[in-house]
Amino acid sequence: MSDRGNKGPCGPQKHVNRRGFLTTISTSAAAAVVVGAATPVAAEAAPRDATEPTPIVLYVNGRKYRLAVEPRETLISVLRERLGLTGSKPGCERGECGACTVLLDGSTRYSCMTLAVEAQDHIITTIEGLANGEELSDVQQAFIHEDGYQCGFCTPGQVMAAEGLLRKNPKPSIDEVRLGMSGNLCRCGAYGHIFKAVQQAASTRQSGGAK
Amino acid sequence: MLPTFTYVKPTTLEHAVRELATPGARACSGGTDLLGCLRDRVLKADKLVSLNGLAELRGISELPNGGLRIGALSTLSEIASHTLITTRYHALSAAAGAAASPQLRNQGTIGGNLCQRPRCWYYRGDFPCARKGGDTCFAKEGENQLHAIFGGDVCVMVHPSDTAPALTALDASVRLVGPRGSRTVALDAFFVLPSKDYTRETVVEPDELVADIVLPPPPAAALSTYRKLRSRGAWDFALTGAAVALGMHGKKVERARIVLSGVAPVPWRVELAERELVGHELSEALIERVAQRASEHASPLSANAYKVALVRGAVAEALSELRAKG
Repeated sequence: MSDRGNKGPCGPQKHVNRRGFLTTISTSAAAAVVVGAATPVAAEAAPRDATEPTPIVLYVNGRKYRLAVEPRETLISVLRERLGLTGSKPGCERGECGACTVLLDGSTRYSCMTLAVEAQDHIITTIEGLANGEELSDVQQAFIHEDGYQCGFCTPGQVMAAEGLLRKNPKPSIDEVRLGMSGNLCRCGAYGHIFKAVQQAASTRQSGGAK
Repeated sequence: MLPTFTYVKPTTLEHAVRELATPGARACSGGTDLLGCLRDRVLKADKLVSLNGLAELRGISELPNGGLRIGALSTLSEIASHTLITTRYHALSAAAGAAASPQLRNQGTIGGNLCQRPRCWYYRGDFPCARKGGDTCFAKEGENQLHAIFGGDVCVMVHPSDTAPALTALDASVRLVGPRGSRTVALDAFFVLPSKDYTRETVVEPDELVADIVLPPPPAAALSTYRKLRSRGAWDFALTGAAVALGMHGKKVERARIVLSGVAPVPWRVELAERELVGHELSEALIERVAQRASEHASPLSANAYKVALVRGAVAEALSELRAKG
């Protein structure tokens, strides 16, 4: 998470790695769109050309983004490719695996099955929005402490699913954890550790620990 | 990448209906089924008409007659946890809570759940099956372990909804709105069997949309539940399910509805089994007899005879749960 930082497209970049490079070019693309963006429309009138970009406003992790998207663009692709928020992962891209899980108004949601135009007027939280600067959230800490991952690809989605579950049910039983996390698949099979991490985060939160 | 389409988000029902009437338009609310169908090129859309700006399709509220109105845009999560539903129409909250995954329940609506397209792998895959305008049902001679044991004809799909059998058992009806005004259809008459028309799953016309669902006041001493059997404990479609709604008079069953999921192209009501219940006390022996009755007249395909036993099990378990409650 920390390597995303707030490095803008024009900021100094001493060390270029793959993710930093990809983030930089995608943020540049978003910035280029922002320049030409107009105010959001209520979309009462459909554009004639289906590929014509529609101006939208997205509220992500407390920031407001103005950009123009094609109606067919999904939230996951806009988050990653326009806003440079590459924490959410595209896995199955058909609403089955959960790697793309984000919060919409505090509820978990598959961003691969959500059109970006439909995510307007909602508060979006991605994995990048959980940490407070360099300080990880209680759920993130619990995943580290309990080894709640192996390869890590599904982890951002797992963490967001856990966050969404705990917001709805702060004291889940183990069965409620299993059901609450059932929309997220882990091919490495780290489920036992993931469930422990969710329970640990719940008890940290109960005892008034970090967020 | 999804194929291209235009997008419009009306804020009045009238405007939405007008937009839907244009060729190539499709209604979209949660999008959890539609976007998958568009991505897989199972369906085409030139224009998506978002229903999410229609405040009048939201909300769950008690009716003056003691019944319940559920706006079509209510999510499955809302329905699974709404107090009026968990207390009076338990079969519905149980079905909504057992559907899909937490994320999809937060997103998917009850209107969309009723109107979802078949999950048959031939229908979703690259096969020109009968339902897609071809002349063959590939499942009949092919991989059919998840397919119908009742009501199959030209097509042996099973209806994928969990809420539909629950709503059918609860005698719900659906209000449809279109350019010709609104009409109310009982859930019992909402779904279309392949023998009647194998190109559609419901009576909803392309220019109509589901506005709301109306539940009658529950009968006195009402008991209902939904038992879902699947190959894993969560996040899967029903192999077989049983929605059961009873009206009791003392210890005796006065009114009974048993509707199966996962076994037919429509929610499958088993009236023979229902009749067996009426006028009797729920005993273990009766439950066994009713479960047996519910599975009679099944016509399994080459790989799904196991569903006959699942029907007996689902019905027996649902009735036993109600017996313990009653």
